[in-house]
Amino acid sequence: MSVTAFLTDSTLCIGCKACEVACKEWNQVSNDGLDWRGFSYDNTAALGHSTWRHVAFVENTAHPGQGGNAPEAFTWGMLSDVCKHCENAGCLEACPTGALVRTEFGGVYLQPDVCNGCAYCVVACPFGVVERNPAEGRAFKCTFCYDRQKDGLKPACATACPTESIKFGDIEDLREEAVRRMNHLHSAGFRDVHLYDPQHTSVGGVHAFFITRGDPRAYNLPPNPEVPTSYLRKGWISAGIAAGLMLAGTLFAFYGSNHE
Amino acid sequence: MPGLGTSFGRGGATTSLQDLSHADAILIMGSSMAENHPVGFQWVIEARERGAKIIHVDPRFNRTSAMSDIWVPLRAGSDIVFLGALINYVLQNEKDFREYVAHYTNASILLRDDFKDTEDLDGFFSGWDPEKQQYETESWAYRGARLKKDIYKRSKGGGHAQDRGGEKIQANEFEQDKTLKDPRCVYQVLKRHFSRYTPEMVERLCGVSQSDFYKVAETFCSASGPEKTAAICYAVGWTQHSKGVQLIRAAAILQLLLGNIGRPGGGILALRGHASIQGSTDIPTLYDILPGYLPMPYFEEDSDSITEYIQEHKTDAGWWANFDRYIVSLLKSYYGHAATAANEFGFNWLPRLTGDHSHIGYWIEMAKGNVEGLFVMGQNPAVGAPNSRMERKAMAKLKWLVVREMVETETATFWLDSPEVSRGELRPEDIETEVFLFPAAGHVEKEGCFTNTQRLNQFHEKAIDPPGDARSETWFMYHLGRRLKEKSKANPNPDNAGLDALTWDYTLAGEIREPNVEEVLQEINGRSVVDGKLVSGYKELKNDGSTSCGCWIYSGIFPSAGENLARKREPRDFLGHGWGFAWPADRRILYNRASARPDGAPWSERKKLVWWDMEKKKWTGTDVPDFTATKAPDYVPPKAAQGDDALGGDRPFIMQPEGMGRLFVPSGLRDGPLPAHYEPLESPVHNELYPRLESDPAAKRLDSPQNPYANSPDERFPYVLSTYRLTEHHTAGGMSRYLSHLAELQPEMFCEISPQLAAELGIRNRSFVTIATPRGIIEARALVTSRIKPLKLDGKTVHQVTLPYHWGYKGLVKGSSANDLIALSQEPNVRIMETKALLCNVLPGPMEHGPKALEELAQVMTGHKERRQE
Repeated sequence: MSVTAFLTDSTLCIGCKACEVACKEWNQVSNDGLDWRGFSYDNTAALGHSTWRHVAFVENTAHPGQGGNAPEAFTWGMLSDVCKHCENAGCLEACPTGALVRTEFGGVYLQPDVCNGCAYCVVACPFGVVERNPAEGRAFKCTFCYDRQKDGLKPACATACPTESIKFGDIEDLREEAVRRMNHLHSAGFRDVHLYDPQHTSVGGVHAFFITRGDPRAYNLPPNPEVPTSYLRKGWISAGIAAGLMLAGTLFAFYGSNHE
Repeated sequence: MPGLGTSFGRGGATTSLQDLSHADAILIMGSSMAENHPVGFQWVIEARERGAKIIHVDPRFNRTSAMSDIWVPLRAGSDIVFLGALINYVLQNEKDFREYVAHYTNASILLRDDFKDTEDLDGFFSGWDPEKQQYETESWAYRGARLKKDIYKRSKGGGHAQDRGGEKIQANEFEQDKTLKDPRCVYQVLKRHFSRYTPEMVERLCGVSQSDFYKVAETFCSASGPEKTAAICYAVGWTQHSKGVQLIRAAAILQLLLGNIGRPGGGILALRGHASIQGSTDIPTLYDILPGYLPMPYFEEDSDSITEYIQEHKTDAGWWANFDRYIVSLLKSYYGHAATAANEFGFNWLPRLTGDHSHIGYWIEMAKGNVEGLFVMGQNPAVGAPNSRMERKAMAKLKWLVVREMVETETATFWLDSPEVSRGELRPEDIETEVFLFPAAGHVEKEGCFTNTQRLNQFHEKAIDPPGDARSETWFMYHLGRRLKEKSKANPNPDNAGLDALTWDYTLAGEIREPNVEEVLQEINGRSVVDGKLVSGYKELKNDGSTSCGCWIYSGIFPSAGENLARKREPRDFLGHGWGFAWPADRRILYNRASARPDGAPWSERKKLVWWDMEKKKWTGTDVPDFTATKAPDYVPPKAAQGDDALGGDRPFIMQPEGMGRLFVPSGLRDGPLPAHYEPLESPVHNELYPRLESDPAAKRLDSPQNPYANSPDERFPYVLSTYRLTEHHTAGGMSRYLSHLAELQPEMFCEISPQLAAELGIRNRSFVTIATPRGIIEARALVTSRIKPLKLDGKTVHQVTLPYHWGYKGLVKGSSANDLIALSQEPNVRIMETKALLCNVLPGPMEHGPKALEELAQVMTGHKERRQE
């Protein structure tokens, strides 16, 4: 049993949303509302309790009317976003009930039957992935298709992807693949491609890394994601100093003034 | 598909999706392949990953453009100017693959002296009859070719049956100038014909800059030749024009000149709109052909003797010399033992055509009240057909209507909640149409075959039983037929002799008595009549009634009991042999004899596919040779040879009587032997290439008060309108708008407009807009995007407005139907309507609902309607 990951590559994504549909079908996730948003072809807006794969559409309007991969080209970037399954997962650390657990595949799994709907995980996620279902109170997110992986199957999204934009496999293999792919893209003339794999921030690496055309921020990927607990020491020190100062102040108030 | 049929011999894609990955360049035009064929598009991406250049020419920057190396926006309806200029570029710069062209195409054939080109007649070809508004095509024949007796006037019929070529003329009789120098040879005529299709014209008519044009021309041509190949993919963005067949012809000419047909990584891929559309022309739902592209006989105009019918359609040379075997075997499969030589195998039991029974033809009759009842299966004409406003009103004139569907579609409830009801044009209490809605099984609830875009037939298993009373088509048609036959038996009537004679025996299984689909496939494959043994392929079929075959081109799909090749799932090579069955004879790349030189050796090591094995004295290679396996490359037919034997060893297009790919089509088309640019039936500009003619003279406008047109150009309707589909929905939405996981992805009707037009009209993104054509008025949300670009034509700005057509008045997500805006019109050969290039007006703000909508349309028509958004 190996530790697994996704490599999602926007240079191969045709924006068909098969991943979104396959995910919802397999995991029996409800629809996300039937609202037309008028934001390119994106009508599911963001990851949330009812959208565990989300295809972002980024129209670069800087150079309208040009096509192709040339740097001056008009581009329409598409990327399928998903829970990052962080090594140091904010949601998992924040969860007071133990609903969030680390699986043997390295993913972060949310057990709905243990979740009490406190939503600490929602604020603790540096990527804005987890969300509470307002109708019934509990939080939901991508399961990394734990049930499918248990049975030796690929996650539904990676299975449905027609262009292999979503690759799934052993994390070390995929990290190597990502580097190979970046080299290939650079040699093929894709100049504006980035590998998004935050290994050197406090999240300590993720199980879903991305190759983007253009700035990763355009696809809602934060440049320096930090797990909230990384501020813990600083927070405690500040709290300690504050407590000390307050104590000193109090003592001063009582004893510091001149005794007559 | 007469565009491909008349050019190459068969009305199907010449290549396969998998083979695209071997292309050095792919031109996608008239298609948003990534959106509408996302699974097949993986091979385009694979080609790109291997270094191929992907070119997308399309009015919209869509998901296909996003994945392409070059995107060129052009004005909808100007495609022939662009393709003609590519052809001209190849000819002027001598970029053609000369050895291929000289040997494998009809470039060297001489034309008659009385043939006049558009260059001579201001845009007409010789033979135009202004009274009948059609061409007399005699002068298009090869010099020296005898004319056959023209029994088939086909003034009423469609052109699908004209795929065979060589019916009107003996196309195997011709004179040649192999140096291609004679001014009357096809090559020189072609050169002269396309000489006015210049990059300047492309700039003025298509709105494409000359530098963009040259970029495409150089990229595509430099990826062709002995070492390289380039492919073209198209879809209904080419077919749904008033000149759609000629558009495809232009692509065929380009690919023949560049030597890209019959070779790996080359070809023309006709992308079919949805599951088994190829299958539904092979075993047709069309009115003018019988299975395997055999023509449907005509009443009165046609013979009532099978001998004469065969004489008319059988050719002396080429594969269609076997015509008699296929029609007799088909009749044997229809009528079994009742079909005998004495009764002409039941030829006169076949129904006859009496007129234009195309969709548009019979809907016009329906609107006049001449149609009593209608079966609608796998279609949703209330919102999916052109001028759907008129189509809905026409259905109100029916006595009965049967709809078989998985959901209650707009067609089933047109009488209750269509816009015509809310607008007061139809009143439910006045409509006498009795509607029967039958629940239909979905594709996972039944087993059967799909024939996909590359002629590949794949069998699919049933996953679950259909719910409740839902049944498969096979069940429905079988039991309907059984009941009709029982009724006829109870009340004998000589008129029903054909129905009585029809074989109707399948094993029934289960409580619901489901017919065995594999038995149907075996019937299609064909059998020997004496012992019922399955035939191994169409070469075993006979003309004496000793074999039966339901569709000759599929023969070989079930070569022996228990061996259903459509069910096979073990691919052996990159072309997928071992997975499913591609007609004919499991050939994946058609005309693949052309992948070798005239002497039989591959053109290059890199592009080898099928070649002549000198030692074994036979054709061999990766693909099944599309050629008689033992016919040597240097075979010269003896004078008296017939059929395939009459074609030399260097004639790869074996269906054609001359065995060559046709740059020039001497017979089989109605609107010209060569493509010429005519403007769409509604156009924002005049036809600068042929000022005497605006649109294709042979196309039918079907003008009527219910089907009015805008002028060309028209101040009231200043913008170009084009329709398209989205990945997220399926055609008219019957299979997607009812499913929440699909409906949420594109939940509302919208309209893509450029920021420039939006600014001009005061339209904000997400606001409502009203779109009107002379036929109808609809509402949509504005999606303002730089992906739509205004074009400059000769200094004039032309705005294009594009609409997806998936919505209607039923389902989870509702919206206006773009098809309300489309005119009923008929392309001359296949009678398809023009949906890709029309004129419209756009008004800011929502549409008036109820009867006021029609008042507003009337105001737009009189030019008195203007709205501005605050």
